[in-house]
Amino acid sequence: MTQELTVLAIIIGIAHSGIRLATPYLYAALGEMMAQRSGVLNLGVEGMMLMGAFAGFYVTFQTGNPWLGVLAAAVAGLLMGLIMAVVSVSLKAEQGISGIGLYLFGLGVSSLLFKTMLGTVEGVNGFHEMQFCVANVPLLNIDSTFCMKDIPVVGPIFFDHSVLVYGAFALVPILWFVLNKTTWGLNVRAVGQNPAAADSLSVGVNRVRYENVMLGGALAGIAGASLSIALLGIFQEGMTNGMGFIAVALVYFGGWSPVGVMAGALLFSSVNALQLWVQVLGFNIASNLAVMLPYLLTIIALAIPFRRAQQPAALSKPFTRSET
Amino acid sequence: MCARDPAQNPIAMNETGLRSWTDRLFDFVPQVVALFGALLVGAIMLLLIGVNPWEAYRAAFTGVFGSKNGLSDMLVKATPLLLVALGTCIAFRANVINIGAEGQLIMGALATTWLAVEMGSAAPAWLLILLCMLIGFVAGGAWGAIPGYLKARLGVNEILSTVMLNQIAIQLGFFLLRGVMMDPAERAAGTNLPHSARLPAVADLPRFTDIAKSLGFTQTAKQLGLDGMTAEFYGLFAEPTRLHLGLIFAIIAAIVVYILLWRTTVGYRIRAVGFNPAAARYAGFRVRAYVVLALTLSGALAGLAGAVEILGLHHRMFEPTSVSAGYGFSGIVVALFGRLHPLGAIPSALLFGALLVGGDKMQRAMQIPQPLVTALLGLVVLFVVSADYWTKKRATRIHVKREPTPAGTSASAGAAAD
Repeated sequence: MTQELTVLAIIIGIAHSGIRLATPYLYAALGEMMAQRSGVLNLGVEGMMLMGAFAGFYVTFQTGNPWLGVLAAAVAGLLMGLIMAVVSVSLKAEQGISGIGLYLFGLGVSSLLFKTMLGTVEGVNGFHEMQFCVANVPLLNIDSTFCMKDIPVVGPIFFDHSVLVYGAFALVPILWFVLNKTTWGLNVRAVGQNPAAADSLSVGVNRVRYENVMLGGALAGIAGASLSIALLGIFQEGMTNGMGFIAVALVYFGGWSPVGVMAGALLFSSVNALQLWVQVLGFNIASNLAVMLPYLLTIIALAIPFRRAQQPAALSKPFTRSET
Repeated sequence: MCARDPAQNPIAMNETGLRSWTDRLFDFVPQVVALFGALLVGAIMLLLIGVNPWEAYRAAFTGVFGSKNGLSDMLVKATPLLLVALGTCIAFRANVINIGAEGQLIMGALATTWLAVEMGSAAPAWLLILLCMLIGFVAGGAWGAIPGYLKARLGVNEILSTVMLNQIAIQLGFFLLRGVMMDPAERAAGTNLPHSARLPAVADLPRFTDIAKSLGFTQTAKQLGLDGMTAEFYGLFAEPTRLHLGLIFAIIAAIVVYILLWRTTVGYRIRAVGFNPAAARYAGFRVRAYVVLALTLSGALAGLAGAVEILGLHHRMFEPTSVSAGYGFSGIVVALFGRLHPLGAIPSALLFGALLVGGDKMQRAMQIPQPLVTALLGLVVLFVVSADYWTKKRATRIHVKREPTPAGTSASAGAAAD
């Protein structure tokens, strides 16, 4: 089988899987980016993703409608975000630790629900690949149905994904616009940089943080759903397997900008895809070392001393209005 | 370097040297309330899955405190919890958030196993045990020094690097256990489970029952005519249980860490660096070096926990995540619950040891799915870190009342007074 795969086919395969696998990282990391831009370090993304993965899977499994599943996942993530916000914003808990608590809580509850409500590993038929097809366009002289994924090279890489994949990438310009061109986005940035100044201009610091942590939660929930409904079609206990923590690291790597985060997610998922393909192609590298690779890469990426982007100045510092 | 605002520093309020012992004791009230709050939410979750929470909690309580086996399990689990918590104390006192105890513990366990299996019975028992614990300590310390160096030199957030290093340690453990460290018998049998060979028996930490025997307590409780709880407590030490010498080592370590942090210059500087890095630098302390030192010591204690688990309990290395068993995370909770004080960590470790064993017993007695305990642990973390809000608030109020300082600076006023 190996001989039949041409180099081009392998490259197309890696690029295609790279884009596909970037989806959960992208949703989760973009959500985490919003939370961090408002000054909250949410380390509980992993737990939020697991809750979203289960909620999305369960609703899809019961109703057969993956859109309801995505909605349920977003709501589950939103509620987890609410817990995180109460603990970290209102009660000003140390965010590194409350995030670990949220992770354990999400891991435990999602597994518990799985065991009591499903019991066995089931499969769902989630989102299908989108068909970008046009039929009978007289103007272009096309008689038969033409699908964009039939375009050589570009087609199979870019036009053979489910709607959730496109949704993730669409979020990048949307969040860029929201952060940089809207008043709300300005408030988010102000709250993350200098909450006291924002407060003096009557921006509700804690309110903005609640909104962003909950938005981040909803996106993390969708990230989980993209894994359980779209990418794999199953739910397993602890199935995110560290992705949530990687998503947090991707925010640092991407310098707190949507485009940077996207670049990080793509780089990361491409390495992952490469690692999977290397194993498929039968190179005998111990699988544990291959699994280790992305984590090692993340540490190295974080250690590369390029300091163009500074973290939000108030990151992981709860806001207390001074008494004066 | 990420310098957190001292007023938001989790340790800042604890640091004020002006408060009395009784006053500090009140700091524990919100935490105890928080623990009960978490148990209450746990009870609601139990109700939702159709289990009587009263019966479940009663099964947990009697499971721990009703027999010598429950008690010994509690102490056996408290041992690694205490060691990890002590490391957490040192790191958090330096304002370094070490989430990497899982990985550090695994590295310690791996190194210990490797040395013990390689040396076999070549060395006398005491020397072998000493060397094994030392190499566990060093391996954990090295794994902790990596994020320390990355933070001090390259500004890498230690929370992220330690989380990543956890995953790397787990994979490295599996790699070694499926490769060079695999039990030859396992390979010969073809089962190929990722287990190491059993350690030579001389490397086993003495159990309490062995020590009691050598001290002359050869009779069982029944032979002495004891009954009820007296019998169970006597049996805990004199009859065969899993309780081993590691507990004593952990308690000694707690005292040593207390002396290190509060009675030595190095400890003072670690705390000063954590409390106010700018002031520490102004005083001429090498802030970066102390950050690396704190993370190294923190990792070393977690590594020691791994060594003790292998030598005292498991006697062989197997799936890394089963050996670490979440102690790396629960140890952080233990440290926080003990208010980041090495001596406070002792009762705290006992409490969480009881909680873990109780969870196991409850799960077995009531057929509750195992993840409930994980969820409960997460709840305890969330409630306990939240409870700090009231502790800090109270400390601030008292402090401001005692020593009028300009508003906003009250938090840092007591630092130099220690």
